[in-house]
Amino acid sequence: MILSTVIEQLLGGMVTSIEIFLLTLLFSLPLGLLVAGGRMSGFAPIRWIAKVYISIMRGTPLMLQLIVVFFGPYYLFGMSLSSDYRFIAVIIAFTINYAAYFAEIYRGGIESINSGQYEAAQVLGYSKIETFFIIILPQVIKVVLPSITNEVITLVKDTSLSFVIAIPEMFTVAKQIAAADASIAALLVAGIFYYVFNVLVAFVMARIENKLDYYE
Amino acid sequence: MSLLEIKNLKKSFNDNVVLKDISLSVERGEVLAIIGPSGSGKSTLLRCITGLEQEDSGVIKFDGTFGLVFQNFNLFPHHSVMKNITNAPIRVQKRDKNEVFEHARELLKKMGLEDKEDAYPCELSGGQQQRVSIARALAMNPDILFFDEPTSALDPELTGEILEVIKELAAEKMTMVIVTHEMAFARNVADTIIFMDGGVIVEEGSPDEVFSSDNKRMKEFLGKFYD
Repeated sequence: MILSTVIEQLLGGMVTSIEIFLLTLLFSLPLGLLVAGGRMSGFAPIRWIAKVYISIMRGTPLMLQLIVVFFGPYYLFGMSLSSDYRFIAVIIAFTINYAAYFAEIYRGGIESINSGQYEAAQVLGYSKIETFFIIILPQVIKVVLPSITNEVITLVKDTSLSFVIAIPEMFTVAKQIAAADASIAALLVAGIFYYVFNVLVAFVMARIENKLDYYE
Repeated sequence: MSLLEIKNLKKSFNDNVVLKDISLSVERGEVLAIIGPSGSGKSTLLRCITGLEQEDSGVIKFDGTFGLVFQNFNLFPHHSVMKNITNAPIRVQKRDKNEVFEHARELLKKMGLEDKEDAYPCELSGGQQQRVSIARALAMNPDILFFDEPTSALDPELTGEILEVIKELAAEKMTMVIVTHEMAFARNVADTIIFMDGGVIVEEGSPDEVFSSDNKRMKEFLGKFYD
């Protein structure tokens, strides 16, 4: 197969990969914050639930989590799900997995903020919610950004794991072409795509880091 | 009636009794300096009054607004000087934006920082940061201003500029409670001095009374500064 046809076929998969990437970030970044809140809760049961959740998400393969989320509802509960569920399952699995990692990153960031910041805010009359969103969170984002960048770059590559439940993202498509052609050209092209995508991600994240460099 | 009145205040951390039955009062326009060795409970007393610690028992009678100036400034590093000063009056006190900005500029001018409104705390010296934090506290129009060792985190050559500002505020009849290690300053600026040791008020009175006290602990403490 000529290269231009390979690229044309990969393009559809590429769009799916980018969709998985963006939707996962959209849901897991806020969910991670919520999980971090649970992990630091003063209420022990919530803290433990968050701890166990994080431990399972980080302690088992993402590929297995994808399989469980996709097949689980049928095998465990006998539910029959629509064909759309395949894509939804990917987003759910990626979101809950990445939220666990993000939660621990946020927690580190939140714990790094000096208690004097909370005290100053309290004395000035800010409510707890205002204190978190106006005073604490902006400082946390600056602290955690390098670690978040790491995870985001890993996510770009991890989208390829969706092949395990036959989502037609780029890696799945590339494998099919490679099998049909008995050539790894398509896989190499996919590799180049992942690399370029990550160079872009690194560039954007560096820009954001620069933007936050106006203090300290 | 006193502006601030404290009766039988007690506070322990686990088994460590930090405040044993503290009573005091502050009148409007009064400057009270609290001195004493480290661990005597002076900072804890201030933290109880300002609500940063919860007292175990006792009564704190105060209605009004207060400001607190911290030892480590605790400015918000991601906000400009202007935003540090204006954000709480606008958001919390719901005051008019223009009025608050005008007030803030006035305060910055008073602090000798009129050219720093767009600067970030990290671009300022320790003394300048502490002056911004005083401006931030004053912007809330407090009835009383508390200082928790306001010069302890500063290099000796920067201490003077903060003490000057506090002196100026005293001259304007600002009510202030100042926890400090600066003996000469306390003597100079305060109307009343309280000497604390071991969680109790050992001496209380005018600067002359307290500094000429025959109390053994007071003499020992002062000896460390003058010998």
